[in-house]
Amino acid sequence: MDNIAGQKSTLTWAVHIAVLVLVLAWVFPTLGLLVSSFRTSDQISTSGWWAALTTQEGQLPAIRINGQEVQEADLYVIEGGLFPDSDTTVTAWGTSSRAPEAHAAGDTAELKDGARLTVAGDGAFRLTGGQSWEGQRLPRVFTTAATPPEFTLSNYTNVLTSDTAGAGIANAFINTLTVAIPSTIIPILVAAFAAYALAWMDFPGRSLLIAAVVGLLVVPLQLALIPLLQLHNAIGIGKGYLGVWLAHTGFGLPLAIYLLRNYMVGLPRDIIENARVDGATEFQIFIKIILPLSFPALASFAIFQFLWTWNDLLIALVFLGTDDSTLVLTGRLVNLMGSRGGQWEILATSAFVSIVVPLAVFFAMQKYLVRGLLAGSVK
Amino acid sequence: MFATLWLSLTDRDQGGAFVGLANYRTMMADAKFWEAMRNNMLWLVVVPAMSTGFGLLAAQLTDRISWGNFAKSLIFMPMAISFVGASVIWKLIYDTRPEGTDQIGILNALWVNMGGEPQQWLTLIPWNNFLLMVVLIWIQTGFAMVILSAALRGIPEETIEAAIIDGASPLQIFFKIKVPQIMSTIVVVWTTITLVVLKIFDIVLAMTNGQWETQVLANYMYDKLFRAFDWGVGSASAMVIMLLVTPILVWNVRNARKEMR
Repeated sequence: MDNIAGQKSTLTWAVHIAVLVLVLAWVFPTLGLLVSSFRTSDQISTSGWWAALTTQEGQLPAIRINGQEVQEADLYVIEGGLFPDSDTTVTAWGTSSRAPEAHAAGDTAELKDGARLTVAGDGAFRLTGGQSWEGQRLPRVFTTAATPPEFTLSNYTNVLTSDTAGAGIANAFINTLTVAIPSTIIPILVAAFAAYALAWMDFPGRSLLIAAVVGLLVVPLQLALIPLLQLHNAIGIGKGYLGVWLAHTGFGLPLAIYLLRNYMVGLPRDIIENARVDGATEFQIFIKIILPLSFPALASFAIFQFLWTWNDLLIALVFLGTDDSTLVLTGRLVNLMGSRGGQWEILATSAFVSIVVPLAVFFAMQKYLVRGLLAGSVK
Repeated sequence: MFATLWLSLTDRDQGGAFVGLANYRTMMADAKFWEAMRNNMLWLVVVPAMSTGFGLLAAQLTDRISWGNFAKSLIFMPMAISFVGASVIWKLIYDTRPEGTDQIGILNALWVNMGGEPQQWLTLIPWNNFLLMVVLIWIQTGFAMVILSAALRGIPEETIEAAIIDGASPLQIFFKIKVPQIMSTIVVVWTTITLVVLKIFDIVLAMTNGQWETQVLANYMYDKLFRAFDWGVGSASAMVIMLLVTPILVWNVRNARKEMR
């Protein structure tokens, strides 16, 4: 609505800034998780993720020197780097926790028994002593250093390939897929028929059925959990994928029918009546005319259902059980939050693995999602 | 279609068939239940109000600028994130480190920066309840925004132009012209979010599991059903949720019928 007369430019600026603040506030939490998932556990636990983007100056955890001993004349020497993998710059260092900044970079410190230690700015050290270091505990070095931003993919390889670290995230990912895809397709198939019948076929009790569907839209699924579980046990499905698919289908149907019916009712009456006059059967009309025309509505429901089944926790827990082998991503995450609440590198990475698929679907198909939302609520 | 009908019958009838009055009495005597009720009422007031409010604000603001659509899709994005994923995200924000070390949760970092002591936010009664609500507000605002912005666009231009000619200020236009015209949509958004709130379970389960007085009805029910295996009381609490939903259900069905005529 930029065409409104009398808009002041200061106001426009205010709007821009307000939107920027809102957007930042909404993106910031997710960004935090994303950045964290690329940091090592040390980095995560010693500084906030927002600091990861800039060079950090601070005291690092103590590093115990190690390396191959070499004999030079009567000196036993160990040389090496404190930070072989990063571009850390040391500004001060020390060998005791009481005086961690005793020496500047490049200085040589006198240790006991005539030993000497030199630490250079780039973390290279040289330790010399009058006797062999064999069997002795080598000194620890405390450093105050500037560390440039550093990111790693190791969390992802760790979580996805190792069963212990990721606690089976890869497995859970496959479980989630197994739940989500059939749970999306089955209700669409069923609902398309039902919606067509409710929209274009006349039969007694039609409006009552529609009312029932609308009513069911808001019934909390918690109500149906136990009866449904009992039913599944009674007819022998028990806990398993079939049970989850059926449950998701059942809970997804009202919305599916409602969305599709609303859409199909809006299709031009002429086309359908012409087809009837031309002698098409109801089934032909449905397959050849209604389904292709309803594609947008089908797509929007498919996204809804996929996001919902992918993100669902309750139904998976109830109908699939809490065994390690059947746990879906959301269930796995809840367990991780309990058992590894402090290990943010694993938690953040796992969470991101679980989020990335729905996010991709979301950004790719946003148009249909919005359309579906609008069809469902604005009338 | 028959499957739906059939499912619909089982879900109501069998849910009902399970409940004896004794279960309700046990439930009423349980302090945790009342805590859950009280918290749920808080959720019901705060979350729909804040989400709708922020949604309306975001809708109104983004409609006016060139990169509005981009902004919208970023605000809308949390909708695609599961409640559990969102819980992880926010738990990082509320994270606490001991005093004297760098805080890795942004909330504590800000708090310490302002001179406070690091807090265990999620155990801080009663604020922890609101901190959990923030998560849901974060998720639901995008939904509210998308629908409200469509409604705002549907307002006939003439009414707004007339108001401008009459010398109304932007604020007046917004509250006196636009908001009344989209009132019915606001109600729809509000009730939809209310329904989500009534079912909210994952966030509480993942972040506090109802400890530190953050229990809500749906998690209470899950606790009873699948941890204590007390199906009687569990079902009774499910019925309470149903009872709370009923007015919305009736209202919805009525509206749908009106539309049909």
